[in-house]
Amino acid sequence: MSVAIIDYGSGNLRSAEKAFQRAAREHGVSGDVGVTGDPDVARRADRIVLPGVGAFRDCRNGLKAIEGMEQVIFEHVAASRPFLGICVGMQLMADRGLEHEETEGFGWIAGDVVRIEPTDPNLKIPHMGWNTLVEHSSHPLLDGIALGPDGLHAYFVHSYHLAAADETDIVATSDYGGPVTAIVARDNLAGTQFHPEKSQTLGLALIGNFLNWRP
Amino acid sequence: MLKARVIPCLDVKDGRVVKGVNFVDLRDAGDPVEIAKAYDAAGADELCFLDITASHENRGIIFDVVSQTAEQCFMPLTVGGGVRTVDDIRRLLLAGADKVSINTAAVRDRQFVRAAAEKFGSQCIVVAIDAKKVSKAGAPDKWEIFTHGGRTPTGIDAIEFAEEVVDLGAGEILLTSMDRDGTGNGFDIALTRAISDAVPVPVIASGGVGNLDHMAEGIVDGGATAVLAASIFHFGTYTIAEAKQHMAERGVAVRLD
Repeated sequence: MSVAIIDYGSGNLRSAEKAFQRAAREHGVSGDVGVTGDPDVARRADRIVLPGVGAFRDCRNGLKAIEGMEQVIFEHVAASRPFLGICVGMQLMADRGLEHEETEGFGWIAGDVVRIEPTDPNLKIPHMGWNTLVEHSSHPLLDGIALGPDGLHAYFVHSYHLAAADETDIVATSDYGGPVTAIVARDNLAGTQFHPEKSQTLGLALIGNFLNWRP
Repeated sequence: MLKARVIPCLDVKDGRVVKGVNFVDLRDAGDPVEIAKAYDAAGADELCFLDITASHENRGIIFDVVSQTAEQCFMPLTVGGGVRTVDDIRRLLLAGADKVSINTAAVRDRQFVRAAAEKFGSQCIVVAIDAKKVSKAGAPDKWEIFTHGGRTPTGIDAIEFAEEVVDLGAGEILLTSMDRDGTGNGFDIALTRAISDAVPVPVIASGGVGNLDHMAEGIVDGGATAVLAASIFHFGTYTIAEAKQHMAERGVAVRLD
């Protein structure tokens, strides 16, 4: 089994690569995990992971700048192969991003990426640090992971989130002066707003679940 | 809910941790990578490296330290010290840092903060502010930015500076009281509160932690969302778990997994 973590110039991917390799070992998944910016390599992957940090538009433009890469990702998804978006990589799954200016997303998860507006004005933006997850619908990615206020924590750093139009696409939220979208999923697609590669126990478990996921 | 973060900070010089760490049996108490792994296992919420390498020819060592740490620790890592150019930031992020802290360069040129945030996103740009109280007793509180380890005054008001760098794109403020740093007398709570109230981004309180009450006070009274400490952890006075347990008893929500 091969996993391609897509490198399109959006931040460091070393820790993501190492986290996926470690989760693969711990979950008994054999195969290659590699970072690639080459569409031909990505085309052969069984699973695609799309990370992303920074602004929505910069990420979309960075991806477009690699000729053929978006097409490979769309074909991968159309072929019902597993896809995981992380942080802005997850946000790109939406219809539109509204950070700075309107930017078109992939249109896989109905809804827009909008600024977080906590009801408590004392809460700081970015939403930065460790938060627990509130489960909305059960999903194989969360198998064996303790959820709820006494559950495990995930590491977030973001000022915008994916306001999903269809409630059923939301797998989990976090509470930050109101619900913040933490995990979305539909069919063979999944995305996490938090960074599983930085989320220690919860993160490695979720990555392991993704590697074993048979959507 | 979001938890208050506890962040140990390591001073790294020429690739070695200054003073070392003795809270746990380490094969090499001066190896930053090994110490990072120990803090990772101990439940630290983030880790901070401050590179204090002076010689130009050894400046590159930190990149190796960061990349080895990132390969072995699945926790957020902030790196500061001597960050002067967009290329310095790029190299640290590519090595595996999640956030980069800018200090003197932001004081010298505020537009550097804007350039850095536009290039890499606010989420990874921390501005480190070293402030010292300059108001006389009885007068309204006033703090000024100091550089060079608190030796050089700049005449810049700390609160105004914090507001300005956040407007320019800083995603977090690492606030150190130079009056309290190294004293063990606790954070400058009035300073922490003043900066936390002035900016919409997270503030990390730093400088002065001597006991566990101090850590809770930084959050409860100072309004910080994270507390940074060095010696109380490195010398084994308290463990990360003890710090968090105490904070929890004081009503501060912390991550205990």
